Amino acid sequence: MTFSPQLEARFSKLLNSYPPGRQRAALIPMLMYAQDEIGSVTDELVDEVAGRLGITALQVHEALSYYSMLHRKPMGKYHVQICTNISCLLNDGDKLWEHACKKLGIGHKETTADGRISIEEVECIGACSWAPAIQVNYDFHHFVTPERLDEILDGLKDKP
Amino acid sequence: MLYNEPSPLETRVLSRRFGLPDSASLGTYLATEGYQAFLKAARMKPDEIIEEVKASNLRGRGGAGFPAGMKWSFVPRSSPKPKYIVVNADESEPGTCKDRVLIENDPHQLIEGVLIAGLAVDAHAGYIYVRGEYRYLIEILEKAIAEAYAGGRLGKNIQGTGFDFDLYTHTGAGAYECGEESALLESLEGKRGIPRIRPPFPAVVGAFQRPTVLNNVETYCAVPAIILRGGAAFAALGVPRAGGTKMTCLTGNLNKPGVYELRMGFPVMKMIEEVGGGIRGGRKLKAMIPGGSSCPVLTAAECEGATMDYDSMSARKTMLGSGGVIVMDDQTCMVKAAARIIRFYAHESCGWCIPCREGATWLRKILVRFHAGGGTRADIGLIGDIARNMLGRTFCPLGDAAAMPTISIVEKFQEEFEDHLDGRPCPYEHAEHMVMA
Repeated sequence: MTFSPQLEARFSKLLNSYPPGRQRAALIPMLMYAQDEIGSVTDELVDEVAGRLGITALQVHEALSYYSMLHRKPMGKYHVQICTNISCLLNDGDKLWEHACKKLGIGHKETTADGRISIEEVECIGACSWAPAIQVNYDFHHFVTPERLDEILDGLKDKP
Repeated sequence: MLYNEPSPLETRVLSRRFGLPDSASLGTYLATEGYQAFLKAARMKPDEIIEEVKASNLRGRGGAGFPAGMKWSFVPRSSPKPKYIVVNADESEPGTCKDRVLIENDPHQLIEGVLIAGLAVDAHAGYIYVRGEYRYLIEILEKAIAEAYAGGRLGKNIQGTGFDFDLYTHTGAGAYECGEESALLESLEGKRGIPRIRPPFPAVVGAFQRPTVLNNVETYCAVPAIILRGGAAFAALGVPRAGGTKMTCLTGNLNKPGVYELRMGFPVMKMIEEVGGGIRGGRKLKAMIPGGSSCPVLTAAECEGATMDYDSMSARKTMLGSGGVIVMDDQTCMVKAAARIIRFYAHESCGWCIPCREGATWLRKILVRFHAGGGTRADIGLIGDIARNMLGRTFCPLGDAAAMPTISIVEKFQEEFEDHLDGRPCPYEHAEHMVMA
């Protein structure tokens, strides 16, 4: 597979970050950074990373199936993650989640027909003091009201 | 950047640079005593560094509260194997968002703390394991690390001391369990994050089967101040068996939620009323979880006279934990809270130990059904029974983390469970509020 020069640079930095003979350690970061570029962890990517690390595809599958942020199918261009864990729940995070489902007409880990927006009800994202909180891809939004959520979602429709 | 206003009741040691212009930059760090503690430590013997950390009464800030100096002293310094410093930045205990603030606003303080730990145990490489959701913090850390290399604060012969150290970031990919130290090490090695049986402890057999110091972000961040000002000065900020300050995350039904740096031993009610601005909407306090959702809940009456330190919390059969304070007002349905908390642990159980995997899932099913009005009187006893049978029967503390809040809620708020019997609508909430998967 060919990747962008930035991703290749990241890979080579990773492969030099661990003790000699322990390059398997780079597995999860390589999958994460590659997923950011190509959208999901494809079979082709599994084979590619396994080859680069000198491990079997099975070893890659075994690890990747454990991690909730590694996706085997692409999410929307903008993946909206809404926390409903306890601190967000106490601040109506559950209502935000219902609001998003209703507004977009999709459910947990589903994507809009145009492929632009997917939503996921997530566990604690570490924004508890500024709840309720959501993440759009890796960007945090704090103290989100339903009105603010509308603005965020509407803004994603034609965001490049 | 800061997401909430600071409070005048804070004691700012770890957060003293927060709010300065470019507080995350090397320039600002150097202008405010940055990397001076490293130079001082480099002139000390490793044992002297460890003694200073022991004298500070610094206890692990990730939740377990184990004395940091003691942990460092367990590393076999004379071992010919390479040794590692690992930073746990997998902050994921619900209610906890302090490591984020420490890294975002002052990454060099963390790097300096790691370097001093390296001096103390003769380690020359370190890894910062950052939860996958905190990608922007990896960018901030990478920038700070690059600045530190360029400025001679990382790499070979740091500041002419002859000490070499390399530091790397490592992203997680979404797994609460990887915040548990042995599961973190498995994940760091490219595997599923399942816990290791101990002993051996990571100090002896850690990352890549080599001696490893593994502490929380906040623990390392406290080290430069301890070396610069002395362990005794840090200890004096707190209470006898818990030194220094605690980055405290006030969350829930408060007027002024936020992350605040408070002295160990800060009175709980003053924290809620004055630092947190009191309960929102003029409501009353019903319950509080002191240190992340895995800690047993305290009732409002139990909060009276309590202080934020290990001993006070232990006397009330709960824990200081990670400092993630979850405040619940008198409109909170405790059955719903218990159901939401257990739903998290059932989701995050790695499945390795059966009591945790099956127990948490069973509890989730009962509690969700109970909150929806499908509970029976026998369920009330069953919930406590299942949870008590999980305690202490797993490789790692996740099983206990799931059981403890559940037991405390069902014991202390049994009448709320009874109020949900016979299909009665939840008495604490409006109907549209009751929906929960």
